Amino acid sequence: MAEMYAPADARRRFFGGVMTALVVGCTLIALIPLIAILLNVFIKGGGRLDTAVFTELPPPPLVKGGGLRNAFFGTLITLSIGSLLSVPLGILTAIYTVEFGQGTKAATIVRFCTNVLSGVPSIIAGLFAYGVVVLTTGKFSAVAGGVALSVLMVPIVVRTVEEGLKSIPREIRLASIGVGANDFQTVSRVVLPAVLPFIATGVTLSLARAAGETAPLLFTALFSQFGFNGAWAPVATLSVLIYNFAISPYQNQQELAWVASFVVILLILFISIVSRYLTRRTVF
Amino acid sequence: MSVSPSLTGSPDLMATQPLLRAEGVSILYGSTVAVSNVFLDIFKHQITAFIGPSGCGKSTLLRCFNRTNDLIPGAKVKGNITFQGIDLYAKHVDPVEVRRRIGMVFQKPNPFPKSIYNNIAFGARINGYQGDMDELVEKSLTRAALWDEVKDKLKESGLSLSGGQQQRLCIARAIAVQPEVILMDEPCSALDPISTLRIEELMQELKEQYTIVIVTHNMQQASRVSDKTAFFNAAETEQGGKQGYLVEFDDTVNIFTNPREDYTRDYVSGRFG
Ligand SMILES: Nc1ncnc2c1ncn2[C@@H]1O[C@H](COP(=O)(O)OP(=O)(O)OP(=O)(O)O)[C@@H](O)[C@H]1O
Ligand SMILES: [Mg+2]
Repeated sequence: MAEMYAPADARRRFFGGVMTALVVGCTLIALIPLIAILLNVFIKGGGRLDTAVFTELPPPPLVKGGGLRNAFFGTLITLSIGSLLSVPLGILTAIYTVEFGQGTKAATIVRFCTNVLSGVPSIIAGLFAYGVVVLTTGKFSAVAGGVALSVLMVPIVVRTVEEGLKSIPREIRLASIGVGANDFQTVSRVVLPAVLPFIATGVTLSLARAAGETAPLLFTALFSQFGFNGAWAPVATLSVLIYNFAISPYQNQQELAWVASFVVILLILFISIVSRYLTRRTVF
Repeated sequence: MSVSPSLTGSPDLMATQPLLRAEGVSILYGSTVAVSNVFLDIFKHQITAFIGPSGCGKSTLLRCFNRTNDLIPGAKVKGNITFQGIDLYAKHVDPVEVRRRIGMVFQKPNPFPKSIYNNIAFGARINGYQGDMDELVEKSLTRAALWDEVKDKLKESGLSLSGGQQQRLCIARAIAVQPEVILMDEPCSALDPISTLRIEELMQELKEQYTIVIVTHNMQQASRVSDKTAFFNAAETEQGGKQGYLVEFDDTVNIFTNPREDYTRDYVSGRFG
């Protein structure tokens, strides 16, 4: 028996080896751009990372030093406004389509619309916020930027939370109903706690997407040379600062653009780590 | 097919009103009939057992008694089910209230993705329990023969328990909300003989206060614990599908020693099919 299987076994092992090498090779190729970008940003931007980056404003052309205080906090503020709008809306939408509207026409339409929304180019989201917020209030503002970002964030939150809700077995809902809970108690106290990891994932993914967006902010949040001046005033953001300074002829501003890129990456990393930490316990 | 609504019981019980009553109940999933035309009376402080081959609709019928079927897409209930004389499916009846008073232990263990403690406390809390929660948790777990195994890890997830432990947790959860009726769908199918015996003892104990309906595939269990037994079977329909129906419903002693139907005799003596 043993020798009968030996040739097949060798061939199989050879095939397995080739395929493994192929997969590892493809992984490495896919990793090259990622690592190259990270390294490049780290080398060019990491060197200047000090406390001044978070405490000082960008200097005028030809002046040395300075920091990104306005853009850093501006990004945090627009992201916060974006999340404040998109996270509750996204979670409630997902709850509707999965828990209450399952199979109804309305839910199908809502789901179709979120899918379309997730394919909308980000500049269109900016135009939308420009039309809805900037034109009606008559000024560029952090709120307008947040609205633009929320348009991009909503479909991501909806989709991840929907996935989470669908992964919860129906038996769990029956159990909750079975001890006399009503629909609201079932959703809010049994189902939602169980999908917390998915909510955190959705929020992280949407934040990561929004943190790097420039186009929707260009004509909504605009930019500001100064510190935070209220939610209804224009505000600087890291991505717009990168856009402005990267094409500037002054070396100090170019350096600050690299630092800003590095800070954006760190910010996304930080958000991911925090959300992982908060949701370590997986449920199912 | 033979549908014999048998309402014979011991004379003293016949005098009292049934707690739950099914009259001509048929249950459909979509357009296929799963169970047809069941007449059945369930009396207070008794244990009623549902037996019969797999797929004959025992779980389906059991779920109707507390309107859990409302949540299953496509499920439709026809006929009349009354609880203390009130039509459970009447418009003004609140299904949430029905399920508070008629609790359920499901065939598949389904603990909440919460701590063991909160698995028990959840139901009590939403039902406005005012007493000592720690005491209720300990008492419920003790009655479900689980306390000794989990008393040191009440904070751990209910899902970290073994299948049999999860089922006992579900039993503890059901009795913690103190319903009037407890519907148990094969509560012991994942349990070892010792836990099974503990659950059977528990049922005897609970019967003083509550009314129990239990689905079981274990003939000894049905004959040991129940006062009344309903035997279901599935018959071929003209369309080729299977349709469940009630063959015979009587005192457990009669079902196991002197059934009226040959089918029943064959089934309970293991000569079925
Ligand atoms: N959710 C459902 N949707 C559609 N059909 C169902 C559903 N649940 C059960 N059925 C059908 O109804 C019939 C009765 O099922 P049921 O689960 O009540 O049987 P059972 O007597 O409890 O069987 P078992 O002893 O195996 O638990 C079966 O033919 C089954 O296919
Ligand atoms: Mg069943």
